[in-house]
Amino acid sequence: MSNDATISRRGLFLKIGFLFNGVVATALAVPIVQYVASSISRSRANGYLSWVSLGRINDFPEGETRLATFRNPYVMPTDGKTADTACWVRRIEGEQFQVFAVNCAHLGCPVRWFPQSGLFMCPCHGGAYYRDGSRASGPPERGLFEYPIKIQNGEITIHAGELPTPGQTASVEPRKPPCA
Amino acid sequence: MRLIAKVGEWFDARLQIAAPIREAVEHPVPKNTASWWYVFGSAALVVFALQFVTGILLALVYVPSAGEAWSSLQALNHDVSLGWFIRALHGWGSNFMVAIVLIHMMQVFLFGAYKFPRELTWIVGVLLLLMTLGMAFTGQVLRFDQDAYWGLGIGASIASRVPVIGDAVVKLMLGGPIIAGATLSRFFTLHVFVVPGLLIGFVCLHLLMVLKLGINEWPMPGRIVRRATYVGEYHELTKRDGAPFLPYAAWKDAFFAAGVLLAVSACAMYFGPFGPTGQPDPTIIQTVPKPDYFFLWLYAVLSLLPPSMETPALLVGPVVIIIALLLLPFLSGEGEKSWRRRPIAVMTVLLLAVALSTFTRLAEVAPWSPHMNAWSGDAIPQQMLAGTTALERQGALVFQAKQCRNCHALGASGGERGPALDGVAVRLTQDQLIRQVIQGGGNMPAYGKNLNPAETTALVAFLQRLHPPGQAPARDASRGLVIDDGADRRPGGGR
Repeated sequence: MSNDATISRRGLFLKIGFLFNGVVATALAVPIVQYVASSISRSRANGYLSWVSLGRINDFPEGETRLATFRNPYVMPTDGKTADTACWVRRIEGEQFQVFAVNCAHLGCPVRWFPQSGLFMCPCHGGAYYRDGSRASGPPERGLFEYPIKIQNGEITIHAGELPTPGQTASVEPRKPPCA
Repeated sequence: MRLIAKVGEWFDARLQIAAPIREAVEHPVPKNTASWWYVFGSAALVVFALQFVTGILLALVYVPSAGEAWSSLQALNHDVSLGWFIRALHGWGSNFMVAIVLIHMMQVFLFGAYKFPRELTWIVGVLLLLMTLGMAFTGQVLRFDQDAYWGLGIGASIASRVPVIGDAVVKLMLGGPIIAGATLSRFFTLHVFVVPGLLIGFVCLHLLMVLKLGINEWPMPGRIVRRATYVGEYHELTKRDGAPFLPYAAWKDAFFAAGVLLAVSACAMYFGPFGPTGQPDPTIIQTVPKPDYFFLWLYAVLSLLPPSMETPALLVGPVVIIIALLLLPFLSGEGEKSWRRRPIAVMTVLLLAVALSTFTRLAEVAPWSPHMNAWSGDAIPQQMLAGTTALERQGALVFQAKQCRNCHALGASGGERGPALDGVAVRLTQDQLIRQVIQGGGNMPAYGKNLNPAETTALVAFLQRLHPPGQAPARDASRGLVIDDGADRRPGGGR
C-alpha cells in the first residue's frame, strides 16, 4: 500500500459507500433472481405434473381415437381457457390405451386425427403420424408425445401438466424408434 | 407573438436548452446528403413515436389477462368508439416500422455508413433492429388469439431445443408449465416496459452519435475511408460544401415522415385492424396457425429445411447472423464506401432480398401444409371420371375418403404437399403405384395398414387412368417376358 496522502477522508467514504451499495445490491439480487426463476425452480421442487382424469374408459370406444380435454393441474387465476388442454385418446382394446399430446413433435402445432386414413396430420408444416403415434412423414424427428397412463376405478388418468416440447421429455415418454 | 416569445425566454432562462438544440439542428451537413435516400432513419423515429402514442391509447382498454385479453380486443374492435382505428394504426404502424427499419439498414449498408468512425452507430442500429423485431413478435403475442397461442407453442418448441438448458428456457419464457396467464403477463411486460425502455435509450444513443460524428457523406467511387485521414476530410467537406441540416436537408425528412404517417393511416382506415382471430382456447384444434407477415420467411425456412439441419440452423443460424452483423464494421471498417465499387455488398443485399421475398411468398402459399379439408371439400374433376369402370370409380372414392387429396392435387385443387397426380400413370407403372401406396416413402406415409387389398386394387386402378389424352401410361416392358401371355393375372390387373 502506498502511503501517499492521495486518498482523502471523503474519497475513502465515497469508496466505502459504493462498496456498501454493492453489498446491498448483491443481497437484493438473491430474492430477485429467485422470483424471476420461480417458474423454473418450481418444476424441480414440487413439479407441475400430476395425475388427471380424462373420464370413464367406457366413454372411449374400442379401436377408435377420440379427442379428450382436461383442465391443467397447475392453474393460475388469470389463465382462463388457456388452462384447458386437449389430447388424443386411442383405445386399442380393453384397458389398452395410448394418449397423445395434440402438439406436433416438430414445432407444437395441433395435429388432427383422420380416422379414414388412420393418420394424424399437422396443418403447419405437414408432419404426419400413424395411429400408434409413430412418425409417418414430414419434418418431425420422432413420434407424437405420449402421456403416461393409469386406469383406476374404470377411469383413465394421465400424468400431465407441462407443455410437451421436442427438447424436453419430462412429461412424455419418447416413442421407441421403429425397429430397423 | 411577443407574449409567446417572452414566455419562451422565461423558460429558456431556466432550462438553457434553446442554444444547444439550435446548434444541433443547424449543424452543417454535406450538401449531397440532402437526398431522398437519407429520410428512412427519421421516418423510423416518427413511426416509433406513433407506436408509442397508439400503444398507450390501447393500454387504456386492453387487459393483459389470458382470460380476458381476447374479449378486451373484441371490445376495442366493436364497442369502444374508434378503438378499431387505434388498433389498426398500431398494427399497420408495426408493419411499416419493420419495413422502414430494414430499408434504412439496407441504405446504410450500401452507402458504407457503417465504416470508420461510425462502427458503434451501426452496432447500436443492429440492436435497434433486433428490438424492433422483438416488439413485432411480442406484439403479435399480445393480440392473444389462436395464432398468438400456437405461435408461442412454436417459440417454446424452438427454445426447448437448446442443449442442456432448453427446458429451463421454456419455463422461463412461459412463466410456468404451459402457455397461460403468466405467459401473457410476461410478454406484456416485455412489450410495454422492457423493450420500449431499451428502444428509447438506444434510439437516443444512435441519434447522439449521428449528431456527434456527422451524417455519412454521399459515397463517391474512389473516395477511400482511412482511419488516419477520414475525420479531417469529413470536416473539410462539411466546411467547403456544407449546409445547415435545418432547413437544408430536414424538409425532405419532414415530407417523407408525413407521407409515411399518411400511408399508415390510410392502410389503417382502409384495411382495418389485424384480428384477433379465434379465441385462444387450446381445446379448439381446428386451426391453421401462421405467423405475422414479417416472420413468414422463417415459417417457410422451418418447413423446407431437412430435419437433421433444423435444430442446428435454428440455434446456430441466428447467432451467426447477429455476430456477422455486429462484426461487419470491424471486418470492413475502411476502404470504398460507394456501392459502385462494392459488388459483393450489392449482391449480398440482392440475394437477401430475393431469398426473403421468395420465402415470404412461399409461406403465403404454404405448399408444404396439407389442405385439411380437401378430401371432403374438393370434388374429383368430372372428366377424370368420364367413361370409368365401376372399379375405377370405387378407387376415386377411396382416393377421397382416405384423405389422399389433402396432400395430392387433382385438376389444380387439393393439397400440394405431395406431387399433383393428374398424370401419375405416365410416371409410375402399376407395380410402382401399388408399392408407393402400400409402403409410402419419399415423404409419403405408408398406407398398407389402412387399405385392404380391395381398396388398394381399386385405388391403383383409378390412378392408372390418370394420364393425359394421347400419352400412354407407363408400362413394365419386362412383364411380357415374365408372364407368358403378357396379361396381368393379379386381382385388379388385366386392363
